[in-house]
Amino acid sequence: MNLGAFFCVVIALIPLGSLLFEATVRGIRSISPGFFALTTANGGIGNAIQGTLILIGLTAAIALPVGILTGIYLAEYGKNRVGAAIRFFVDVMTQIPSIVVGIFAFSLLLELGAIGIVSSRLVFSTTTGVIALSTIMIPFVARTSEEALRLVPISTRESALALGIPRYRAILRVVLPSASSAVITGALLGIARVGGETAPLLMTCLGSGYWFEGLDQPCESLPHTIYVFALGPDSALNQAAWGASLILVLMMLGIAIASRVVIRLRAGTR
Amino acid sequence: MPPKIHTEKLSAWYGPKRAIEDITLDFEEHAVSAIIGPSGCGKSTLIRCLNRMHETIPKARAEGKVLLNDEDVYALPAVTVRRRIGMVFQKANPFPTMSIYENVAAGLRLNGVRDRDKLDVAVLESLKQAALWDEVKDSLDKSGASLSGGQQQRLCIARALAVRPEVLLMDEPCSALDPIATAKIEDLIFDLRKDYTVVIVTHNMQQAARVADTTAFLYLGKLIETAGTRELFERPKETLTESYITGRFG
Repeated sequence: MNLGAFFCVVIALIPLGSLLFEATVRGIRSISPGFFALTTANGGIGNAIQGTLILIGLTAAIALPVGILTGIYLAEYGKNRVGAAIRFFVDVMTQIPSIVVGIFAFSLLLELGAIGIVSSRLVFSTTTGVIALSTIMIPFVARTSEEALRLVPISTRESALALGIPRYRAILRVVLPSASSAVITGALLGIARVGGETAPLLMTCLGSGYWFEGLDQPCESLPHTIYVFALGPDSALNQAAWGASLILVLMMLGIAIASRVVIRLRAGTR
Repeated sequence: MPPKIHTEKLSAWYGPKRAIEDITLDFEEHAVSAIIGPSGCGKSTLIRCLNRMHETIPKARAEGKVLLNDEDVYALPAVTVRRRIGMVFQKANPFPTMSIYENVAAGLRLNGVRDRDKLDVAVLESLKQAALWDEVKDSLDKSGASLSGGQQQRLCIARALAVRPEVLLMDEPCSALDPIATAKIEDLIFDLRKDYTVVIVTHNMQQAARVADTTAFLYLGKLIETAGTRELFERPKETLTESYITGRFG
């Protein structure tokens, strides 16, 4: 039994190990100062890193408040039919394939552009990419926040209410801080999730060979760079794709480690 | 002297289930009133109706009147009622993310008090009143969860006292504590009557006999008998009360 379980763990870890190994061994050769300084048009990935950071930053700025507030609503006020319905739809949204979300953002902006509400230039732009990524991240953050808040014992809420603290303030100042490490972990995992998305960006941000040019312009991102470089005709580009993969993996690893550190630090202050 | 709290035909439900029925009862000022009865008789529900905590449970509702100094608490905002009628729960529940100081100051701070001197004074006085000051004065910035069970419960008492309530409700405050910690809290309850009106729910009859001036006996949601504690234990009028206090059921 034990041996069997261990064997299964080994099998499960083979892809992870192999991926990290290959990305490191093959990617490390591409890493040079120029690799970060040049744009994708010149064989570097500087603008892709920049684009990914901008996309992640803007998406987080939208999805974190909306997602966490949705989670608060579901956990604290959602014990009724409306809450159950919202929870169901949030669950459905977390299951939607990301390419469909890309089509959604694309067609939304296309329609809005067609009737003249927004400039039709926006269809392929950073803005559309942020809309698509937020659509993926909001339900994810909402559900993880809800689960985190549900773990806070009822007695914590009751003792806050019994002090005559209004309910919204008890939730924001007592319940939410009690759940903060789990909420932060969920937020960081959400960021990691959208940071690696390629499909929705293919039809929204499109990609660009230049440094960031504005919210109404296409922008490059690491996953898109990997996609384009890996399919590229020349072996130098294929090599650069490995380098970009390594950087992306390291960024996501950094986020995962950061979430651990946050939990450790918060536990340490208790 | 009129009673501090008066309930008039107070009934409470959880969904369709009635937990207490037509309870008319007085709680005297500067006295300790105990409510005793077997598990599930509605003791906790009764005191949770006094500070409107009952209604925080989904599908729970109450009918009848609760008067605090002749004011109908159901006509006042719930937050005002809860500031005037504080509560200590069965299980000590300090806020896990807050230090000892922040726990005691929480009720004031989260109700908008920012003045540091005022908070310092309130924390000092409340911890002294809760007989905890000497044990924690050098570690006010430590987590409330780092204290022992009995200390945590006294911390919760200090937290409730910090908002200067007129009444303090205690829902089986010692049921999770060892005898020494229990004795400390009972001494404390005895002293608190000088400044507060105390209502304590307990399933421990000896505890009621030790700390309370008057005792009410509840059974299956109904008020069976209320009297001076000594009288109730020595000369109960109802046979139901007598069988309960002599341990024949419950």
